[in-house]
Amino acid sequence: MDSKIQVNQVNLYYGSKHALKNVSMEIPSHQITAFIGPSGCGKSTFLKIFNRMQDYVDNVKISGDIILDGENIYDPRVDPTILRKKVGMVFQQPNPFPMSIYDNVAYGPRVHGIKNKVKLDAIVRESLEQAALYEEVKDRLYSSALGLSGGQQQRLCIARCLAVKPEVILLDEPTSALDPISTSKIEELLMTLKEHYTIIIVTHNMQQAARISDKTAFFLLGEMIEYNDTMEIFANPKDKRTEDYITGRFG
Amino acid sequence: MNSLYNKKVRYRDEVLKALIYLSSLLVFALVLMMIVFILVKALPYLNLAFFTTAKSTLKGTDGILSNMINTIYVIVVTLLIACPIGIGGAIYLSEYAKNQKFVEIISFALEVLSGIPSIIYGLFGMIFFGEKLGLGYSILNGSLTLSLMILPILTRNAQLALSNVPQSYREAARGIGAQKWYMIRTVLLPSAIPGILTGIILAMGRIVAESAVLIFTAGAGYFMPSSILGHILKSGGTLTVRLYFEMNNANYSAAFMIALLLVVVVLGMNALAKWIARRFDVNGG
Repeated sequence: MDSKIQVNQVNLYYGSKHALKNVSMEIPSHQITAFIGPSGCGKSTFLKIFNRMQDYVDNVKISGDIILDGENIYDPRVDPTILRKKVGMVFQQPNPFPMSIYDNVAYGPRVHGIKNKVKLDAIVRESLEQAALYEEVKDRLYSSALGLSGGQQQRLCIARCLAVKPEVILLDEPTSALDPISTSKIEELLMTLKEHYTIIIVTHNMQQAARISDKTAFFLLGEMIEYNDTMEIFANPKDKRTEDYITGRFG
Repeated sequence: MNSLYNKKVRYRDEVLKALIYLSSLLVFALVLMMIVFILVKALPYLNLAFFTTAKSTLKGTDGILSNMINTIYVIVVTLLIACPIGIGGAIYLSEYAKNQKFVEIISFALEVLSGIPSIIYGLFGMIFFGEKLGLGYSILNGSLTLSLMILPILTRNAQLALSNVPQSYREAARGIGAQKWYMIRTVLLPSAIPGILTGIILAMGRIVAESAVLIFTAGAGYFMPSSILGHILKSGGTLTVRLYFEMNNANYSAAFMIALLLVVVVLGMNALAKWIARRFDVNGG
């Protein structure tokens, strides 16, 4: 299997707190990889490394290599703007901009220099279709995105992310603020998206990881305890701590 | 004994309630009285010529048109000078400044600025802009000095407005690759505009109401501008300055007509500020 990202010996410190300890793994291309673990285990911290969102947190020190398609994303020559075009992110709380639906989706392409109206129209439509939102909003593309329901807003954020044609999509507990119906819509959506994208999702919901992911990594106190095919992790956990977590003995 | 039907009249509560009603009534009554007073004093003299002519011994007119023009002139020039600095400073403080100590020092400086009595600004403007920089009594001097005075209002309001923009907007913009200035321009400033506008309108109110600063810096000139641009270096009295001199000359009819105009303008600006706040209140509306 092709690996899209290689992580070698990554350590992260918040000040003196050692938040990620020697994490190494390979993220396969065109698959869904889930990070699970209790709150504070470092899974979200780890996710934010992949598009350098940690750059905006004070007092963070990162060592180790994250290799995306053969290039180290923490190399000083890396332009974060280009990196984030390649590695998009969807956050825990739906965070559409206070603009129209259209402008939300067109925001990324505009950031990356696309001004042509015909091109933008096509991208907006295509992205909304990919995010399974187009049918619901096609008649009100120019009204405020804040009028959408929470689940629609999150799909809009996914469309906004898709609009820059990324290769990797990071999702940080994307359904934790949503109702079950919206959640299942987004899960279905992710299953269809993996055909074109490499997806990494952080979730505190083990059933979600089991339902949609191909690979699962279990984190505890900054360490990656176990990483394997999702089926294996849930059927035959090798580590006692993984087993305790997935059987609900702590969380 | 434990029946619910034992409602007592609590006299202390009732008295306090009455007092509170009374004081709010008093506030309203005072405002009303002032407006009525000004109206009663001004109405008998109201005439169109007063607002459409300038003071001129040659033509024998005694209007305030030039002062109205000067007021607008001072507002525009002052805002042109102060807005970029104030809003720019706010953007720096809220988005760029990393050193918290430095932010505190600047915030303290702004507090000090806003606490200085306006007459001291007038003295400073007269000596520094007027004498040292040779601007004399001029609209430019007045506007520069007023810019200093309104800087804290502009900066504070813009800073507050920016800090009220949800952090998640910043994350979303950065996450999609937006560079900092692009994010500020396309997401933060549009979201912060109501707050920034409120600051600008409050600042306009201060400018319109100010007289002490301007007597020392812009002077009391009452000639009609002969050229728009050249006027900036001429002495020009605003409405409040003219009001001050008319009072000094015991010319109460003129003073009250100016007062009436000022009250109308200030009320109008308050209404505008309220409207803006309401219009943009629903985030993104």
